[in-house]
Amino acid sequence: MHDLIIIGAGVSGAAIARELSKYKLDVCVLEKCQDLCEGTSKANSGIVHAGYDATPGSLKAKLNVRGNEMMTELCKDLDIPFKRNGSLVVSIHKETVDGLKDLYDRGIQNGVKGMKILSREEALQLEPNLSDQVQGALLAETAGIICPFKLNIAMAENANVNGVEFRFNTRVEDIKKDQEGLWHIRTNNGEYICKYIVNAAGVYAGDIHNMVSQDKMSITPRRGDYCLLDKEAGGHVSHTIFPQPTNLGKGVLVSPTVHGNLIVGPTAIDIDDKEATATSQEGINILIEKASDHVKDLPMRKVITSFAGLRAHGTKGDFIIQEVKDAPGFIDCAGIESPGLTSSPAIGEMVANLLVEKLDLKKKEKWIGTRKDILNPAELSLEERNELIKKNPAYGNIVCRCESISEGEIIDAIRRPLGARTLDGIKRRTRAGMGRCQSGFCSPKTMEILHRELGLAYEEIEKSGPGSEIVLERTKNQKGGNY
Amino acid sequence: MQTYDIVIIGGGPAGLAAAISARKTGVESILVLERDKELGGILNQCIHNGFGLHTFKEELTGPEYAYRFVEQVLAENIEYRLNTMVMDISSDRVVTAMSKEDGMYQIKAGAIILAMGCRERPRGALNIPGYRPAGIFSAGTAQRLVNIEGYLPGRQVVILGSGDIGLIMARRMTLEGAEVKVVAELMPYSGGLKRNIVQCLDDFGIPLKLSHTVVDIEGKDHISAVTIAAVDDRGKPIPGTEERYSCDTLLLSCGLIPENELSRTAGVEMNPVTSGPIVNESLETNIPGIFACGNVLHVHDLVDYVSEEAGRAGNAAAKFVMGQLPADKGKPVEIKACDGARYTVPSTIDIDRMDDKMTLRFRVGAVYKDSYVSVYFDDERVMHNKKRIMAPGEMEQVILLKDKLVAKPHLKTITVKIEAQ
Repeated sequence: MHDLIIIGAGVSGAAIARELSKYKLDVCVLEKCQDLCEGTSKANSGIVHAGYDATPGSLKAKLNVRGNEMMTELCKDLDIPFKRNGSLVVSIHKETVDGLKDLYDRGIQNGVKGMKILSREEALQLEPNLSDQVQGALLAETAGIICPFKLNIAMAENANVNGVEFRFNTRVEDIKKDQEGLWHIRTNNGEYICKYIVNAAGVYAGDIHNMVSQDKMSITPRRGDYCLLDKEAGGHVSHTIFPQPTNLGKGVLVSPTVHGNLIVGPTAIDIDDKEATATSQEGINILIEKASDHVKDLPMRKVITSFAGLRAHGTKGDFIIQEVKDAPGFIDCAGIESPGLTSSPAIGEMVANLLVEKLDLKKKEKWIGTRKDILNPAELSLEERNELIKKNPAYGNIVCRCESISEGEIIDAIRRPLGARTLDGIKRRTRAGMGRCQSGFCSPKTMEILHRELGLAYEEIEKSGPGSEIVLERTKNQKGGNY
Repeated sequence: MQTYDIVIIGGGPAGLAAAISARKTGVESILVLERDKELGGILNQCIHNGFGLHTFKEELTGPEYAYRFVEQVLAENIEYRLNTMVMDISSDRVVTAMSKEDGMYQIKAGAIILAMGCRERPRGALNIPGYRPAGIFSAGTAQRLVNIEGYLPGRQVVILGSGDIGLIMARRMTLEGAEVKVVAELMPYSGGLKRNIVQCLDDFGIPLKLSHTVVDIEGKDHISAVTIAAVDDRGKPIPGTEERYSCDTLLLSCGLIPENELSRTAGVEMNPVTSGPIVNESLETNIPGIFACGNVLHVHDLVDYVSEEAGRAGNAAAKFVMGQLPADKGKPVEIKACDGARYTVPSTIDIDRMDDKMTLRFRVGAVYKDSYVSVYFDDERVMHNKKRIMAPGEMEQVILLKDKLVAKPHLKTITVKIEAQ
């Protein structure tokens, strides 16, 4: 029995878990996947938005601006990379260039600082690779880029160190309230009992909500295709470049990533299947076409991977963060689409405040607010690196040559709290396999380390969870057979 | 800082042949840096035969071929370090390397020979739509899993791309009891050697579908099926031609890319066609004293040619450090590839520095039947060799003789082209 259960270990669930870990409360997180950051949180733009898009007064507006403000200190505490590279909304039509002023005004109403409307010349001076058609741009200096995996994983790890439990491969199947007012959560992994529930289930938040409420909720998965380009293309633009927004979203952006690649995306295609993260040729074609409207000479030949993510689009258009009226003790955190990543720290804070007030929670005497990320030896001097290798020779063995990731970093990713159990888990924590060869060379070596560290047979090693095993069986020779 | 006359980056077939040649030319102080746990490079996982027909006049397996060179390296007492990753090369030839045992350290090299090889083009670079499940491998990764680690990826296989590793793996997986359902190739011709198509596909009844590509990948966790479609002459899928194949493995053999990350850190200039360094007759890059050979220079079809080329690089690097390579006068003869010849290696010749004979290697951009390889000295056609068939999967060569070039003191450009008559 737990005081509170959070459903979903995406970035919202992790942020809420970390905020609640400050208080005297027994919290557990249930996650249907094998790892943290497996749904919407793993496949998005990795942008920390400034906050001029959202309708003034909406939760999106409020939490975006607050989340943006919190990000610098949070990333310092969690020791993860974050860069305020600034964003440009670019207008390429004379007829719509005035729309930039509307965005600016909205930004002012939302409390966004550091905005400026740029002329065509000023915009081109800042970003020489903008389209020749550019008419003007809105600069937002507070916008930034972040690693979505690292933010999610770091917040969860930190919550875990402060006492929050995590249960993976645990899918919620039904929720009932008993006569004493306790929630009984049936999962594929047994029953969990708790006093309070926070629903942070991403595209499944509607399904979870509907288990307890008559006031039905519908979440539409809105697919976004992305292309990620080689680091050689990472300097094509230095700001995050947006088109002018439409009612479908912020449009196809072109941005450097915090790790130095270039990202192009997303599309916005509403679908029915909440697992349908397949990219489509049509989607990728749209990306190439739309991105080229605003940025010229995009080196699309340098694409190293493409992927699709599902945004959890709520019908009302705003985040839904509240206790459900006909289900006291059940709090929704739903419809968390863009700017969800940016807002996540503020979402955590808002949900925690709501519960602190309701339950009169007291702070723990001891709470550890900081953590050290997996060491990045590339940031060390030659002497420091030598010292490190002397102490731990595993840092002298490069496993992923594209991203220059050592065995030491991979072992750290496995051994740390809520550590990696799969190839994708290692990839998201260390970037091993995320470079231009896309794990061609390092996957057999990473498998060997997983085998050794976790005692997994090779046949049990998964890419991303049950059903995603990498190899089937031993070869004939190894089985002692003949050809 | 440690110092060596020649530092060779990579202990595969190119690096080993370069080392042996440099030693035979007279250089004592040579160091080979190899990132893997043994010498031999990618040959160690190429356990099929067919290597060495040109060099040794016999058919060897990959490891056997490599060992012929390893033996010579051992006999010559050439120094090498295993499990050592080169992290950086500077334009003034300082090599930064790292290993578990020795930590991170720097070496000042009199000359550097780049011999890092190449890597496979991954799925992501191919823009194949669909899911991103387990069960998709580049052919070389699957080859390593099967031949080195001893694990079979799956039993129902589709292969996209007809590069040599894909063809070899079609046979290998079949011998392991897997069913290889089809090999799809985007181009109207195979990217691999004719002999591999015969020995690895035809002999096992595996269909090769030219002008076909994968247009969908099914299976969220593990691949369960792919859809293949015919493509038009611009490479676009033709609606209505889709065929679905259930499978648990998709192998990709869609091209190799020279691994020139280190070369770039040193400021080595690249040829956009080969993705390898631009080199002169001595296989020297734009940076004096930095040489290149093997698949890091341009992707070869046969390892025999890698060994031969690397021998030349080793010889030139040795002459460089011994002060025997005539100074580069900066006015080389340019070599131009056009009309079907995609590139040449090398791309310039300084006649004073060339040997009596020099092999010019290149690839063609399409299949040519009963056509001619022509060489022009400026406007004058000096060579016109009929070839029954030329294909992009196989390297072509012409041999230039020094005395012919010496006889043309005002020669500016040598042109290599493919002519119908």
